[in-house]
Amino acid sequence: MIVTALHPHAPHIAWAALAPLEALIGGSVIVLIVGLFRGRFVREHLVPALTLASLGATIGLSLWQWHAHVLAIKGALAVDPLTLIMTLIFAVSGIAATLLSWRGRAPRESAHGDFYSMLLGSIAGMVVLVSAQNLVTLFIGLELLSIPLYVLCATEMHRAASLESGLKYLIIGSVGSATLVYGLALIYGATGSTDFSGIASSISHGHSSDVLILTGIALLIVGLAFKASIAPFHQWTPDVYEGAPTPVTAFMAVATKAAAFGVLLRVLDVMLPAEHLNWRPALLALATISIIVGNVGALGQTSLKRLLGYSSVAQAGYILAGVAVATTVGARATILYLIVYLLMNLAAFAPIVARERTTPYSDDIDAVAGLGSEDPWLAWPLTISMLALAGVPATAGFIGKFFLIDALVGAGYTWLAIVIVVGSMISLGYYLRVVSAVWMRQAPGPSASAAAGIPVIAGGSPEADALGRAHIELRFAAVVFGAATLFFGIVPQPLFDLAQHAAHTLGGAL
Amino acid sequence: MLSILIWLPLAAALIGALIPLPRVGGLFALGGASASFGMTIALIGGYSGHGYAHVTDTVWIRSLGIHYHLAIDGLNLFLVALTTFSFALAIAAANFRDWPRQRVFFPLFALAESAVLGAFLAQDLALFVAFFDLMLIPFYLLLGVWGGPGRIAATLKLVIYTFVGSLLMLAAAIALAILTSEHSGHPLSFAYSALAASPLHKGTQEWIFLLFAAAFLVKMPAFPLHGWMPDAYREMPVEVLAVFSGVLSKVGAYGFLAIVLPIMPLASVHFQTLILVLALGSIIYGSAMAFTQTNARLVAGYSSVAQLGFITLGIFAFASQGAQGAVLQMVNHGLVVAPLFLIIGLLAARAGGSDDIRDMGGIALRAPVLASFFLIVAFATLAMPGSGNFVGEFLILLGLFKTKMVFSIIAFSGVVLASVYALRLFIRAMHNRVGSRVSSREMSLRNALVLVPFIGAILLFAIYPQLQLHRTESTVTSAIAHEQALTSSSSPKASLR
Repeated sequence: MIVTALHPHAPHIAWAALAPLEALIGGSVIVLIVGLFRGRFVREHLVPALTLASLGATIGLSLWQWHAHVLAIKGALAVDPLTLIMTLIFAVSGIAATLLSWRGRAPRESAHGDFYSMLLGSIAGMVVLVSAQNLVTLFIGLELLSIPLYVLCATEMHRAASLESGLKYLIIGSVGSATLVYGLALIYGATGSTDFSGIASSISHGHSSDVLILTGIALLIVGLAFKASIAPFHQWTPDVYEGAPTPVTAFMAVATKAAAFGVLLRVLDVMLPAEHLNWRPALLALATISIIVGNVGALGQTSLKRLLGYSSVAQAGYILAGVAVATTVGARATILYLIVYLLMNLAAFAPIVARERTTPYSDDIDAVAGLGSEDPWLAWPLTISMLALAGVPATAGFIGKFFLIDALVGAGYTWLAIVIVVGSMISLGYYLRVVSAVWMRQAPGPSASAAAGIPVIAGGSPEADALGRAHIELRFAAVVFGAATLFFGIVPQPLFDLAQHAAHTLGGAL
Repeated sequence: MLSILIWLPLAAALIGALIPLPRVGGLFALGGASASFGMTIALIGGYSGHGYAHVTDTVWIRSLGIHYHLAIDGLNLFLVALTTFSFALAIAAANFRDWPRQRVFFPLFALAESAVLGAFLAQDLALFVAFFDLMLIPFYLLLGVWGGPGRIAATLKLVIYTFVGSLLMLAAAIALAILTSEHSGHPLSFAYSALAASPLHKGTQEWIFLLFAAAFLVKMPAFPLHGWMPDAYREMPVEVLAVFSGVLSKVGAYGFLAIVLPIMPLASVHFQTLILVLALGSIIYGSAMAFTQTNARLVAGYSSVAQLGFITLGIFAFASQGAQGAVLQMVNHGLVVAPLFLIIGLLAARAGGSDDIRDMGGIALRAPVLASFFLIVAFATLAMPGSGNFVGEFLILLGLFKTKMVFSIIAFSGVVLASVYALRLFIRAMHNRVGSRVSSREMSLRNALVLVPFIGAILLFAIYPQLQLHRTESTVTSAIAHEQALTSSSSPKASLR
């Protein structure tokens, strides 16, 4: 890359440290090639199985490198605990997305090989993004993450909403990328360096209130805010979440957000700690706006995916609050919340996918009405996840929120803690609506759908029309993530240890 | 020991739910709850009357200094006993009915018991907050799934009121711990004893106090924060309502005594008048409403508001008799109101399913045993001399009379009002002419089996309140020691330490 162009011979590459990334990229290529075979079994079962194997290998190799602390490729990528924990988050959400889409429509319509190859490619982009130590790698990672996602959103090609979702995400995402790259250019112009540590030292030598660098930082934050769907840069979120195939929505909601926050943590705490007086007020304001906009916006939604879209805006606000305080405790709270957020969101999406396939109501809240008596294996995970998102004790969500509030109060931002609390109160209004639909309403009769004139799933694929039991892998995913949400709510210490492990490389702002 | 006490009901109910036989789930839940009650009997027998017993203290979340810290003291001993007693009997009563989806019903009921017990036994503020919030979830589902026709609206009100309170308390608890650790220089800790050892500045205490008070007053409920109460009481299944009203309301009052007064003495003294005024408001408003309602459940519900007003008065009298009386009255009220709701359930079954007292009436002759049980409960409610409630109210008013005479005199009117609404309820339900749809019949043996222990416990505390008073005295006195010192000594330099 840039580095090789500048130097006569190729740099030393720490292959071992980059093993997780290699597993992802290799898996992506293999899956693409295997997907070319015509055999039905190969395409529909071997390809996802290989995807899972590749993600499993990624997890295994990350654990193998667990204590690594390497600047690979001449300092372009950092393989450190933060990178590795983020890799785990991405890989787990990738596994969930694979399970959720295994017998879904999206891979069938877009060709299995392409679908899963892009999924793995996007994860590789995320890993590059969060390990970037350099403005150029940062941008490469961001694009490698985004471009496959634009396509993934549009993979249900016979549904107009999916295509619209892909197009919308492409346009908005490009605006975000353009903003970001402009910001990167300004930062480079002001400091003369693309390297994070070089920029940091340049800033600390007296360029701190340079108008170029301030504009650059502002544009950089805006660009990442688009990706993390932080209000007021969130307008695309509900539409894209609703239109995209649900497994892709689940993946975007969890992994993309985690990647954006991972890189935000790294950029702000490693590259720009000296500037924290300048960026902190902006982030605090963004966090407050997100919490309010997300929670209020979710109140009136009847589509579960839109509801979770707005909810993810609100959750992004909570997480951003942890970033904004710029303390080690804040960084730990952010990482812990990201893990918790992964568990509880995936526990919510698995039942939604299952109900999309077994009821004629798509992702409407009616689809889960009466779920409590029909299928407790889906109803309990959904209930737990809604309660966890609202922050009820005995779930991991409570622990996450507790730690965030703790970090905020400890840093002297009690007012923001109160905003989080008020936001949680509002959020009960919509999370509990889902819970009450699950347990306190009867499933609407078939006549209701006929009267409303909803055509029974437009695509007309035989499996989707069979309104039978939920697929086993969906229940498995729901139960695993639901149980994990509950388990870490009761035994949270492992999460704290993980977060501490990840954050001890950060905290430059202190 | 205490961990077993807390989690046994839930564990038993979960095992019962996994056995695919009808009725087994309920029996397992009953077995677990009864075993817990048996353990509390042993605890009462073994408690010396001083300090903590059966302390369990292990680290729960190391990074935040949160401990899984449980202990028995004079304050929570009888409240725990009340909880296990009421839940065991309420679950027994619930066993007599066929519940749709009973494999979910009984575990939730048992989870409610475990959460309430945890809140009473916790000695760590974060643990208390977790249990306090957790206990709402089972009640939310019990009300929402098995409640009456208006249950959805009722759950919404219940959840909004109580969760708003809980979340504010969560923020306040974290702020309290962090500010205390900054103030004292010790590492972060949520233990009651650590927080009480280094009180904060007055201004800080005051806003934290208000957030805690809001949560506890909503839970009780106290006027004017009782807005969720009528709907929830009207729609909840009576077996659930019996423990909800009998036990949950006490958690709020207990929170004042165990947490607010020892940890925030300056603020407690500062806001004493405000809380006393609210308590008086509760008594008068609750009594007036109880007198005018026609729904029997709401008569009992508003009478609880009034009774909780008395308990609050006793706590904020800052005199040891008052606080002792308050603790005694918490137990007495729980013992009275739980059978009251169960009896109302029986009466409603005889009045064609209506809770309205205008549809009841005239069954005393045909059902003398039921009538006499009801009469005992009604007399206890109005604090007839000779009942345990009389002792409790007497102590409360005595304590209040010493410190705040004016409030005490107004509060006396509440005693009179209680006899008006309690007797009105009894007369309208049991005497008068026979209601049009009433089918008079005696209660069955199994209903009697549930009610007899309640009646027995009421009589026990009527005859021998010292059983409790002796064991609570030392803890209760130390809980209000700061306030007593602050209010009795007029010198401005009265120190806290």
